[in-house]
Amino acid sequence: MDYEIVIGLEIHTELKTKSKIFCGCSTKFGSPQNTNVCPVCLGLPGVLPVLNEKVVEYAVRVGLALNCEILPFSKFDRKNYYYPDLPKNFQTTQYDLPICVNGHLDIEVDGKTKRIGITRIHMEEDAGKLVHSGATITSSDSALVDYNRTGVPLLEIVSEPDMSSAEEARAYLEKIKAILEYLDVSDCKMEEGSLRCDANISLRPQGTTKLGTKAEMKNLNSFRSVQRGIEYETARQEEVLEDGGKVVQETRTWDEGKGISLSMRTKEQANDYRYLPEPDLVPVIVDPEKVAEIRANLPELPEARKQRLMADYGLSTYDAAVITVSKAMADYLDESVACQADAKLVANWLMGEVSKHLNNDSITIGQCPVAPKQLAELIALIDKGTISNKIAKTVFEEMWTSRKDAEVIVKEKGLVQISDSSEIIAIVDGVIAANPQSVADFKAGKEKAIGFLVGQTMKQSKGKANPDMVNSLLRERLQGN
Amino acid sequence: MELFKYTAGQLHEKLVNKEVSAVELTNAVLGRIDAVEKDVQAYITQTKEHALEQAKSVDAKIGQGQSIGMLAGIPGALKDNICTKGTTTTCASQILANFVPPYDATVVEKLMAEDTIVVGKANMDEFAMGGSTENSGFFTTHNPWNLETVPGGSSGGSAAAVAAGEAIWSLGSDTGGSIRQPAAYCGLVGMKPTYGRVSRYGLVAYASSLDQIGPITRDVTDCAHIMNIICGHDAKDSTSSNSIVPDYTKSLINNIKGLKIGLPKEYFVAGMDPAVEKAINKAIEQLVGLGAEYTEISMPHTEYALSAYYMIAPAEASSNLSRYDGVSFGKRVEGTDIIDMYKKTRSEFLGSEVKRRIMLGTYALSAGYHDEYYMKALKVRTLVKQDFDKAFANVDVIITPTAPTTAFKIGEKANDPLAMYLQDVCTIPVNLAGVPAVSIPCGFAGGMPIGLQIIAKPLAEETLIRTAYTFEQNNDYHKGFATMGGK
Amino acid sequence: MKITCKDVENVALLSRLEFSASELETFTGQMDAVLQYAEVLNKVNVDGVEPMAHVLPLKNVMRVDEAKPSLARELALANAPEQEDGYFKVPQVMEGE
Repeated sequence: MDYEIVIGLEIHTELKTKSKIFCGCSTKFGSPQNTNVCPVCLGLPGVLPVLNEKVVEYAVRVGLALNCEILPFSKFDRKNYYYPDLPKNFQTTQYDLPICVNGHLDIEVDGKTKRIGITRIHMEEDAGKLVHSGATITSSDSALVDYNRTGVPLLEIVSEPDMSSAEEARAYLEKIKAILEYLDVSDCKMEEGSLRCDANISLRPQGTTKLGTKAEMKNLNSFRSVQRGIEYETARQEEVLEDGGKVVQETRTWDEGKGISLSMRTKEQANDYRYLPEPDLVPVIVDPEKVAEIRANLPELPEARKQRLMADYGLSTYDAAVITVSKAMADYLDESVACQADAKLVANWLMGEVSKHLNNDSITIGQCPVAPKQLAELIALIDKGTISNKIAKTVFEEMWTSRKDAEVIVKEKGLVQISDSSEIIAIVDGVIAANPQSVADFKAGKEKAIGFLVGQTMKQSKGKANPDMVNSLLRERLQGN
Repeated sequence: MELFKYTAGQLHEKLVNKEVSAVELTNAVLGRIDAVEKDVQAYITQTKEHALEQAKSVDAKIGQGQSIGMLAGIPGALKDNICTKGTTTTCASQILANFVPPYDATVVEKLMAEDTIVVGKANMDEFAMGGSTENSGFFTTHNPWNLETVPGGSSGGSAAAVAAGEAIWSLGSDTGGSIRQPAAYCGLVGMKPTYGRVSRYGLVAYASSLDQIGPITRDVTDCAHIMNIICGHDAKDSTSSNSIVPDYTKSLINNIKGLKIGLPKEYFVAGMDPAVEKAINKAIEQLVGLGAEYTEISMPHTEYALSAYYMIAPAEASSNLSRYDGVSFGKRVEGTDIIDMYKKTRSEFLGSEVKRRIMLGTYALSAGYHDEYYMKALKVRTLVKQDFDKAFANVDVIITPTAPTTAFKIGEKANDPLAMYLQDVCTIPVNLAGVPAVSIPCGFAGGMPIGLQIIAKPLAEETLIRTAYTFEQNNDYHKGFATMGGK
Repeated sequence: MKITCKDVENVALLSRLEFSASELETFTGQMDAVLQYAEVLNKVNVDGVEPMAHVLPLKNVMRVDEAKPSLARELALANAPEQEDGYFKVPQVMEGE
């Protein structure tokens, strides 16, 4: 039996507002436990929430960028359940009238475009953090609670179950992340939890339309986890079905270390959230003028940025797409170009050496030790012929670790390219004289022999000889003899 | 006459004229508490030292010739569900027996800015759920008019304190009648303002869309003074009204000529004490005699209001009270794991009536019953409000009894929750519609006070005050003082 | 009977309350009485009637996005039944199998 995979993603993003959604506490990440709290976000008796206007503005921004309909009338509701990271034991969220509905996002996988539906986007508050929780941690029979994160504003973006593969899910997630960054509403750091992804996965026989039983997967903390988790779950469900069993509707947690998912089914019955309209908050009415104002002031989105890079700099579709995946990288390119560097060259360096080093060090472009201006200067040196491309890579390595400018390094290490013909001829003549066999081979018609001679010349010049000139002068001298 | 028998208005004059000092006045009230508190049991917490300190600073101001507000230097009580920074706030629940709020309710801030004096936190039905103060998690309060009877609820302690002279004024809260009914049982003036008129920030929530804080006083003048202080928009309360607060003392006018009074036949229920009915009718005759015009009106959805209330209020309460779980404040019973801890803590420290309403509310909201009970109740609420809207198109105020009987004996209704709920039949529709209402004394039956309820349309407290003042000034009921078995 | 002991048990679980057998019976009887009384709601025609969750016609009540000082940690923890290292401490939280 062939199955097709049906995937829906629920993405939560923490908004980078200055204060929490219902109180004035700071949303700053990494503060000492329980120092960004107040009676309101602690849920003390007698407190009341007051909505942060920026949260509504950001929600509309995201809704517009994802082609949603902004509901003119939306409201908040209480979702009731007990958990120690939830001070009031209910979460204030939006249930039946979320602020945005019926959107879509187009993604590209393997050169094909696919439209992923977006069911809804709504505002809600985040919960606190538990430390040392879980029965599996044998040393602790208790848990510690930090409420700094309670009340941080969240947007939940729910997709239609329109994705059919782990690749599509990943592409969707990457695009959502890019859009959120470009809109400047979130810093989207999965490792800090400001972007979270849960996946709903089910299988159905190939060609059918009825949805199978889905399992919800949580704790997908990185792009890699999302991809691996979905692949694992797909295989697990397929095995269950092949064995004649039924997939259980449940929540599962992904263990990245072990590469498996575990059921989170508790012994208690499934939660009945008993939604009721939040009596302490009044409805949110976004009028058309407000929506138009927000739309007019939307920051440039990735697609538009990509088109602009292609038009202004002549970058290829592929290159522009890769560069604009991250707003920070696109900004880096712009800054570098502003320092007189050629855009295509900058793009190549970003996609090549820069990305390689960022990945090796597990850092993002925001933490790149080489500044855009410095990269521009390096490229200028290559352009002028002061150093070769190959030497430039060495210089770049040095720039990365020492943070020094390219020119300084080139001077210190004496890496200036030799472009003086007479100097190169001198070395070439020396190499020809020292390698008569190779010369003879070349003259006999073995083209490969010249590679060896070029190599020897480069070696003699400690890599500094201009490779193109070496090639042409070598051939000249060989012809001559 | 003992100082504690005067009204705040009268005492203000004495303070300003330097006939008496704030310290003297405070000591008089504290002395009264010492004398009768063991019989009345109005207070959960007393704040004697702090009160005397506040009194001293008021005297200093007077001494320096500074002008003082109407309530400055005058001792009162706060219902114990109003958060006071640094002073235990228990809501008469064991689960909050040790809870000390790190903040003041907005109304407390406003009162403090006026140099008022708070002598203690008053007893109440636990989490404001009840109509007799017998549901307090600590002890029952006794009605000063007859110590064997209840003071009413849930603001029973607030009312009893004022009736006994243990406070000159007090604040209560009203969700289904909890200011008005105790005021009626204790012969006092109790006002529930329009929903949103007074900030709820710092009022421990029972049913968020129904709760309001309001004054309980000896006369209408004091009520107006307190309303001037506590009313107004609060940025911390998203449901508070933006409407400007008028000077309510300007409505202390003895004139109701041309006032249109409506009498809804549906409020005169079977089971009403005939003496109460008689007193209400007599009061209406008097009002007509003073120039009002009377019409019988119909509010056809009144009979459904009680049921709607007992779906909506418990539903909101079940959510509001989820936070009492032993995690970050209040009492805790340790458990083998967190769920065990939740269950043990809540089961041990929450009282029966509270548990009953949490359970009812949870049931009404639960999957499968949500539409049948909760949503339907919200729709009935709309109909109840529409009844009031239609009525106020033709009348200025609606007059009803506050309660069908006078104060009943302690223990009489304790085992029959439904019978207790039926006491609220006259007051509940007012909360559902969010309109303002006041209860004023209008007679006695068997020596026990009877309350007259006056209801006005939203934000028409001025009309309430004028009507109440006129009736009061043409009678002597506000001049009586609770007998307390001869004390 | 509108409500059974089993129903009440389920509701108790959702409310994080536990009852003895006799308490459960008493509660069931009392809740049943209230729900029977609430049957009167079924006599009303609510066709076309909007539910009313808020009595005031307020909308868009919001505040400006600015950070305000938080509560000092000692005050935040002052009422904590148990604390450790600036955290609130609770018994173990079970999650899954």
